[in-house]
Amino acid sequence: MYLAAEGHNPILPIWQELVVGTIAFALLVFVLLKFVMPRMETMYQARVDAIEGGLKRAEAAQAEANQLLEQYRAQLAEVRTEAARIRDDARADAEGIRQDILAKAREESDRIIAAGKEQLVAERTTIVRELRTEVGTLAVDLASKIVGESLADEARRAGTVDRFLDGLESAGAR
Amino acid sequence: MSGQLVVAQDLPWPPSVNDFYPPAVAGPWVTKFTLMVWLAVGLVIIFYMAAYRNPKLVPSKGQWLAESVYGLVRDNIAREQMGNAGIRFAPYFTVLFSFILITNIFSIVPGLQISPNSHIAFPIVLSAISYVLYLAVGVRKHGLLKYLKMSLILPGVPWPMHILLVPIEFLQNFVVRPVTLALRLFANMFAGHLLLLVFTVGGFVMLSADNLFVQVTSVFSFAMAIVMAFFEALVAVLQAYVFVTLTANYVGTSLAEEH
Repeated sequence: MYLAAEGHNPILPIWQELVVGTIAFALLVFVLLKFVMPRMETMYQARVDAIEGGLKRAEAAQAEANQLLEQYRAQLAEVRTEAARIRDDARADAEGIRQDILAKAREESDRIIAAGKEQLVAERTTIVRELRTEVGTLAVDLASKIVGESLADEARRAGTVDRFLDGLESAGAR
Repeated sequence: MSGQLVVAQDLPWPPSVNDFYPPAVAGPWVTKFTLMVWLAVGLVIIFYMAAYRNPKLVPSKGQWLAESVYGLVRDNIAREQMGNAGIRFAPYFTVLFSFILITNIFSIVPGLQISPNSHIAFPIVLSAISYVLYLAVGVRKHGLLKYLKMSLILPGVPWPMHILLVPIEFLQNFVVRPVTLALRLFANMFAGHLLLLVFTVGGFVMLSADNLFVQVTSVFSFAMAIVMAFFEALVAVLQAYVFVTLTANYVGTSLAEEH
């Protein structure tokens, strides 16, 4: 059974096998290098591109989003300070207006009070003037009355004086 | 083994070199080995063609497998050994790796049970191609004289040392490299097959013994054969990887600027 292969040295190649091996392997290399491997490298590159490109795009989008966020934050801060400023201004304005109104009101009230006082003084002076003339008239009336009465009766005289005084009192009380 | 083993008539015991040379199917051109090589070529072509018939960016299972092999060779072998210059060699290395891997795996495929690489002719062919490749790459890159000078003369060595070093470098770069490349693959596959033969055929021989104890002990022999089959699978992948890695390394040194 093994006679045909008797005496083989495993280190020595069989030349037919060298030929077959060369042809078969050459065929394999030719077919795969021509039809498969270029596409494989292309696909490999495409995938690397797709993945790295995707990563790059994602990074760019992230950066843009960050920038926008920063911008919005800055704007928001700006708006906040602006709002605070406006509020402060408004508060100051309101305070000013209040002070103005108060001052005006005080002035007005002072003016009214002063006018009232003046009027009072004027009225008083007219009253005093009137009183003076009236007192004068009364005095003259009284004098004429006293002069006109007979001064014989002492008791009557006393009564007259008393009546005068009463009249004077009542006039003063009026 | 001291028991009286009765060797069965049809069992070739002990395993010998002749077990590696089964009778030809039809003449010296059509043997089990040449048929297996054609089978391997056919399988690899069909696998890659089928996997890459309609490649997509999001790969199918077959395409993913094919690309995994390519990616392994491209990034872990070619680029690792040669830098980015290695990428243009990655397609050839992938074909080489696939072919060696599948022919090695034949050693544990039921029905085939032996790797074509256990006949030294096939490793010689592969190693000769690697040899020519790295010589051609070196000569094309640097020119013949400069490449020889780079390969033979170590820089920074006192000149009398060259009397000793030049022959050593010559032997190293132009003789030992291709020979060991072929021998390593051949010897691994040869030894692996021999080991499997020892334990499998040994098991059968023990089973056909007269002694009951010896017959029972054959269980261990078969168990060992199974362990060795797994070991053989590991060796098959490893040797394919080593062959391609060394080829990449040799081509890489040819491309390198310095020695």
